[in-house]
Amino acid sequence: MADYDLIVIGSGPGGYVAAIRASQLGMKVGIVERESLGGICLNWGCIPTKALLRSAEVLHLAKNAKDFGLKIDKTDFDLQAVVKRSRDVAKQLSSGVSGLMKKNKIDVIMGEASLKKGKPAPVVSVKDKDGKTKDYQAKHVMLATGARARAIPQAGLEPDGELIWTYREAMVPKSVPKKLLVIGSGAIGIEFASFYNELGSDVTVVEAVDRILPVEDEEISTAARKQFEKQGLKFHTGAQVKSLKKGKDKVTAEVTVGGKSETIEADRVILAIGIVGNVENLGLEELGAKVEKTHVVVDGFGRTGVPGLYAIGDLTGPPWLAHKASHEGVICVEGIAGANEAHPFDASNVPGCTYSHPQVASVGLTEAQAKEAGHKVKVGKFPFIGNGKAIALGAAEGMVKTVFDAETGELLGAHMVGAEVTELIQGYVIARQGELTEAELMDTIFPHPTLSEMMHESVLAAYGRVLHI
Amino acid sequence: MAINITMPALSPTMEEGTLAKWLVKPGDTISSGDVIAEIETDKATMEVEAVDEGTIAKILIDEGTEGVKVNSVIALLAEEGEDPDAVEAPEDAGPAVGEDKPKAEDNKPSEKEAEAPREDKGTSKATPEGTTAQKPKEAQGKDVSKELGSSPMELADVGDGKDRIKASPLARRLAKLRGIDLSSLKGSGPKGRIVKKDVEGAQPGQAGAQAGAAAPAAAPDGLILPQVLDDRVYAPDTYELKPLDGMRKTVAKRLTQSFMQVPHFPLNVDIKLDKLLAARKGINEAAPEGVKISVNDMLIKASAQALMAEPECNASFTDKGIAYHKSAHISVAVAIDGGLITPVIFDAQTKGLATIADEMKDLATRARERKLKPQEYSGGTFSISNLGMFGIKSFGSIINQPEGMILSVGAGEKRPVVNEKDEIVPATVMTVTLSCDHRVIGGAEGARWLAAFKRYVESPESMLL
Repeated sequence: MADYDLIVIGSGPGGYVAAIRASQLGMKVGIVERESLGGICLNWGCIPTKALLRSAEVLHLAKNAKDFGLKIDKTDFDLQAVVKRSRDVAKQLSSGVSGLMKKNKIDVIMGEASLKKGKPAPVVSVKDKDGKTKDYQAKHVMLATGARARAIPQAGLEPDGELIWTYREAMVPKSVPKKLLVIGSGAIGIEFASFYNELGSDVTVVEAVDRILPVEDEEISTAARKQFEKQGLKFHTGAQVKSLKKGKDKVTAEVTVGGKSETIEADRVILAIGIVGNVENLGLEELGAKVEKTHVVVDGFGRTGVPGLYAIGDLTGPPWLAHKASHEGVICVEGIAGANEAHPFDASNVPGCTYSHPQVASVGLTEAQAKEAGHKVKVGKFPFIGNGKAIALGAAEGMVKTVFDAETGELLGAHMVGAEVTELIQGYVIARQGELTEAELMDTIFPHPTLSEMMHESVLAAYGRVLHI
Repeated sequence: MAINITMPALSPTMEEGTLAKWLVKPGDTISSGDVIAEIETDKATMEVEAVDEGTIAKILIDEGTEGVKVNSVIALLAEEGEDPDAVEAPEDAGPAVGEDKPKAEDNKPSEKEAEAPREDKGTSKATPEGTTAQKPKEAQGKDVSKELGSSPMELADVGDGKDRIKASPLARRLAKLRGIDLSSLKGSGPKGRIVKKDVEGAQPGQAGAQAGAAAPAAAPDGLILPQVLDDRVYAPDTYELKPLDGMRKTVAKRLTQSFMQVPHFPLNVDIKLDKLLAARKGINEAAPEGVKISVNDMLIKASAQALMAEPECNASFTDKGIAYHKSAHISVAVAIDGGLITPVIFDAQTKGLATIADEMKDLATRARERKLKPQEYSGGTFSISNLGMFGIKSFGSIINQPEGMILSVGAGEKRPVVNEKDEIVPATVMTVTLSCDHRVIGGAEGARWLAAFKRYVESPESMLL
């Protein structure tokens, strides 16, 4: 007799959302968590960093108060209060997840899970914090154990929690490092670089690829870099960190750029060079689940090939994003339940957001990717300077770029940099999901005055109909 | 101002065709009546003549494009004095359909049209000012409703209440560009909505990739339910794949439809040919130079006479009732490269053998060249298929709808027969099989027709009466 219809291992945004959806579909659900409900996203990722970045944003506005006709004589911050606010936000949301589990009659099982062979699904063994182990049998088991920061110990790229940080230490600093080296210019690296820069650190970002935010459209990368540099951030692109040497309260990085070697000294280093899946100690090898490059291999419904075993979220590979995990979790559960509208996961419509100052957001193909895929494209661009609301906000830097298939009018991709673009991108995601063409987007009424008008203008620009430039 | 050259309808029922060949290129000057292109419909290749004169400015549909909808713009013509290079393609110049688009000759812009909002061609103009300046001129030159291409009009066209097809705007656009009938597709989106990937999996003019379940609702196109070509059944390198052309699709569709819908029944009879062969010999010897009557020509004539003698057999089952035809239009099956076609000898009962022979020779020749006009291979009331020359003794054919009967003619061969004096004597005999549509023809009627046919063939002189 099975204890549960579904056991979810990991209560991050993938796992807990999947658990709720399963409960909605009438399943009896248990969820295993080894640390805090809500996983990394709520506790050590998306949410607390947004709280930190909000503090940085308010500080930025205060510092520039005179631009708005305001007088603030002295701006300062209390780092510990900033961190505390961030932790409080995380705590509030974590307890919110606890409430959601109760409301949906989902059993929360605290402890570390591993799997053993079983029928109809693997047996879930949970070791609690006292070391006691209990086995649970479910009809279906979903792995949502997430991922952690990647390290390269051979090059000294290994966090020590003191001088060399991951996101985790970077989120709860005791003091603001004078000189900060950020390795990796993806979303995580850029967000921390932006945050510490605002707090007064001298920040250098090293990126192996020839441009920052390498997954973004090239033009967006360039525009973002210009804005960051204006704020004092320094970048080394096309640069490899060969070694990190730790001294007393100091780290020396040996970096090669274009064949030339140089050293960068920093008080602290943040490693943001990617992510590895939490695949260890689960018993995956024994069960025969396929693991490639630290990620569990699954199909579009999260099936691993092992009867009754599923995997979703960061554990299954990029993009490593909370909303991707939640979406996969729902698809997987609906697939299990045979729910009508289950469609396999479509990676092409996952939006990506970076909450730095300025923000960056995108969905779909970049212009280069679209061309590479053989599309004849129509590209529209609209600058923030042409938008009334942006000027009124004092945020007239940035751009909205759209890429259409010239033949079919399909919105292949949308790319934005500037204020609040992370809140705007969903409009294009809906357009893509609903398969709207340029015609519907042009016919849509965008409210005035809003930043969203730029989304309209960008589409109009792609078809030579732009109004305000 | 530019004139749109549109895809012509070569027959009243034609909805789309293949633009087989362009005979002109941009820059060519043409005058009314010039042949500018060849278009392949389901069964024939036709020439397209120019209506207007001018210089070909742009060719919008490449040759070889399949599924080009009737009335979509295929090329642009610059009028005298107009710079062909300045003529621009409509934004949405694919094999478009659906809109109420004006024909080339009534393409004069009304005031309303000239003022209508429109897309301009920002791509070719560097500055916004330039764009603005050229607007009015361009708006005149083009079919404005066409330019808006993807306007809400097309959405309104598709949905008319209960038959509304749920499809995403992109799926509609793709279906239109590729000439795919949305009603033949099964939607995989929420609540059966047709989305991009459903259209991408479909072939022009064919049911969608997932049409299996949708097919019953999608007749008649959905009637072709080809087997899925599965690598596990036939390894990919063990065959040569030939895409379906218009003729193959039409033959497949029509024969499947007939075989599935028409209750066929066969009747067969042996017919002595000696007198007919003797008569043919006499006729051909007496005929002027160049006239040669075949056995088949005589069987066409005999069929027509038999239809006149038994008029209830010259019938079609239609949605409005049974149509009893007053004349015998005999379709003759001609095997051609890549398919089958049935050119028609109209009013065969009124025609002499020499005329029938002459027409048949011409029709068969042009059928093999795929040069028949649609009106030359439709409108028959009865069919003959003859495989005698291949030594086939007897066979049954599938009815060529909407005709009511088809006669399958086997080989004439020497056989022992018993004569009136109970002697076994040699005779030239052929076996014919009459396939009848039981909805319009009963066994007795079919038998009476065969008796009449036999009488005419065995006593060919009676055809002269």
